[in-house]
Amino acid sequence: MGVSSPYYRWPWYSLFRTTKGLLKHGVEVQFVVPKAYGDESEEAVRLVNASDVTVMINDPVFREYWNQITYMEIGSNLIPYVGPEDFQQMVSENTNIKVEESSRVFSERFQFSGKYGHDLMEEVARYALVGASIAANSEFDVIHAHDWLTYSAGVAAKKISGKPLVVHMHATEFDRSGENYNENIYEIERKGMVEADRVITVSNLTRNIVIDRYHIDPEKVITVHNAVEPPDQAELLDAEKHVREKIVTFLGRITFQKGPEYFIEAACKVLERDKNVRFVMAGTGDLMEKMIRRVAKLKISSHFHFTGFLKGENVDRMFAMSDVYVMPSVSEPFGISPLEAMRSNVPVVISKQSGVAEVLNHVMKVDFWDVDAMADAIYGLLHYQSINNMFITHGAEEVNNLKWESAARKVADVYESVLAK
Amino acid sequence: MRSVCLYFQVHQPFRLRTYRFFDIGSDHYYYDDYQNKRIVRRIASDCYLPANEVLLGLINEYGSAFKVTFSISGSALEQFAKYAPEVLESFKRLAKTGNVEFLAETYSHSLAGLNDPSEFKRQVEEHSAAIKKIFGFTPTAFRNTELVYSNSIAGQVLEMGYKTMLTEGAKQLLGWKSPNFLYCSAPHQRLKLLLRNYQLSDDITFRFSQQDWSEWPLTAEKYVAWLQNVDPKQELVNLFMDYETFGEHQKASTGIFGFLRAFPELLIKSGKWVFRTPGEVTEDLQPVASIDCPHAISWADEERDVTAWLGNDLQSEAFSSLYKVSEIMATCEDTELHRDWNYLQASDHFYYMCTKWFSDGVVHHYFNPYGTPYEAFLNYMNVLSDFLIRVNEYAENNTSAKPVKTSPKIKTPVTLKGNTEIAKSTTVKKVAKSKVAEAAKPAANAISKGKKK
Repeated sequence: MGVSSPYYRWPWYSLFRTTKGLLKHGVEVQFVVPKAYGDESEEAVRLVNASDVTVMINDPVFREYWNQITYMEIGSNLIPYVGPEDFQQMVSENTNIKVEESSRVFSERFQFSGKYGHDLMEEVARYALVGASIAANSEFDVIHAHDWLTYSAGVAAKKISGKPLVVHMHATEFDRSGENYNENIYEIERKGMVEADRVITVSNLTRNIVIDRYHIDPEKVITVHNAVEPPDQAELLDAEKHVREKIVTFLGRITFQKGPEYFIEAACKVLERDKNVRFVMAGTGDLMEKMIRRVAKLKISSHFHFTGFLKGENVDRMFAMSDVYVMPSVSEPFGISPLEAMRSNVPVVISKQSGVAEVLNHVMKVDFWDVDAMADAIYGLLHYQSINNMFITHGAEEVNNLKWESAARKVADVYESVLAK
Repeated sequence: MRSVCLYFQVHQPFRLRTYRFFDIGSDHYYYDDYQNKRIVRRIASDCYLPANEVLLGLINEYGSAFKVTFSISGSALEQFAKYAPEVLESFKRLAKTGNVEFLAETYSHSLAGLNDPSEFKRQVEEHSAAIKKIFGFTPTAFRNTELVYSNSIAGQVLEMGYKTMLTEGAKQLLGWKSPNFLYCSAPHQRLKLLLRNYQLSDDITFRFSQQDWSEWPLTAEKYVAWLQNVDPKQELVNLFMDYETFGEHQKASTGIFGFLRAFPELLIKSGKWVFRTPGEVTEDLQPVASIDCPHAISWADEERDVTAWLGNDLQSEAFSSLYKVSEIMATCEDTELHRDWNYLQASDHFYYMCTKWFSDGVVHHYFNPYGTPYEAFLNYMNVLSDFLIRVNEYAENNTSAKPVKTSPKIKTPVTLKGNTEIAKSTTVKKVAKSKVAEAAKPAANAISKGKKK
């Protein structure tokens, strides 16, 4: 039984792929999501919409369990992904909501919003109840919970059913917030990993964080690297570039841990020597305005472009137009976007502080803070034909060898090891 | 009486410092003085000095029964002069004994022999002039960088006046034949060839301290017994080694220095063997057969070819860019340009760009300053860009030689990859429709299709 929350693109994407892979290895998966949007592909995956699950709140088992769950106070927390202005607003609303909270959580059905918001912790707690309820009423062998939002549910399910729990770390609180991490979320993560029988991390980088910062027994932490979907058809995505210059792209959330500032500084260095380049920052995020101001301050706005949020085909089009892709992440648990870039025949520069750097050879790896090296790598890829060609041909090959089936196989192995105990 | 020809290679390249693209055009000094000095001084004390002492001891004890051969690159000579002059003094003492032969080679351990005959010749002339000057010795035998050899190189070497050449006893050359004879080149029969017995040489250089080797520990007695067991009709055993074996690749704690002293001693005492120089060997022996070598070989790796330096596109691009200015440099009198032209030809730079061992993640070369071959390539190309700019400026100001196209052209295709040599991109259509909670509106900015900036 997999428990997830498809709030953001990547965890959902990788979960979906792993699930497909698991199915190929003969593992049946029941997927619990807080809110089914109705257009998820239901190929052989049984989706359970948590919003449809009825919880028998009067059942003493649940009452008892509920008493054991630490209920989070919202007012003192920094809600993830919410900027300071929104938070202020929430704090003022909070006082009104508190009274209603208990009764809402204990209603028979609960409408999960699927969003981050001021009722986030409430949703997490409720999700735990749902998890327990489903666990009581289904047949399964292993529980697999993904990221902190679902850990409580996973633990609840384990307690009710007695079945083993595998938790999956796609990103830790440190990856999201650096040293300004939220204590409550850290505790949920830690508790989930302590209670779990196995912890799967998406890279050795993340594994080391789990061991060093969360003090989890190394014996039970296993790395299973992510992968990327092979290209489906050999369709030529003929994105016409209407500018003559080369294009160097950053695609991701414009936020601290993605390292956008370093991209801008490197761009500035390159532009000092070579005006035949345009830099693109594709995405949005809490640092976007600051980055726009920085670009203006450096007087490179004429060669630096912000596209805003891209999704679907526009992402592919962006890759197709790019001559170099850069991922300067400060801390990236894995990082699938460089794989997508390589699959689109784009040479790639990535930070050494990323999980994906562990599985790739035909990329330029630089320390995220080493703006000189980053600029040098960008310049080299734009100017020296042989390395450009090598990255394109060998990169595509390398990416094709990273198959979800292998990742799924390793996950299935973890399930087996946990059941063998 | 049978002969062992004991030859040692001595070379240190001038390693490059971290050189960024924004240094191009402004910073013209390319070398990592700190690293180079540190490494040379370390090898001097761990390696060259103690090994030379052992050899001197053997010479003093056994006189004319013990002769030894060195090939010291011009770059190494310069580094010793700069950072470890006592090493030069030590080699000079060896030279004075009269028991040492110095070979001719390219000045800067260059691969010019593969593609540039005039530069090859110039390199060799500069080198033998340096040997003459420092040791008072005129080389008569030749060995090429990394023992690289081919019919074409044989021809060039013979034309330069050398009648003896050392190279690798590679399977491609020998087939079923043994390296333990004197040979000659098939198309150039006046050139005599000494072929390295890689089995017996590598027993010392690679396997000596490998504890999982079936023959470990290799004692002098055991090794001498192997030599004694070589078919009596085979008169010559060529042991060619990197001198850094003694103290660096094989640390002193392995007992390598004791071995270096003991096995010649035992061999000489057997009364059946002497140590000879290539010059003596070619006087005594007759070539038993000729060797044909249409494709270049070397002593590197399993393949014994030149793919370690020229096997991938990075190396090809770097190599061909460098030699574009060979003609201009042939008559260039600027000392700094000349120095850089020499140092940048060192085969080591190309070796660092090798991608053969990627899957092992093994950094193949000692003292490789780069983390990956790509870093090596980028660094070298940045340096080369600056060098080529300077050379072209020199050409414009000084000679009638045509400046060559140097700055890599920035390609500006109007439509995308389908039209250039870069591989067509395959589609990246996602199968899963990823659902995302927010849907921020895309900012209206230039790159969207159809809009002009």
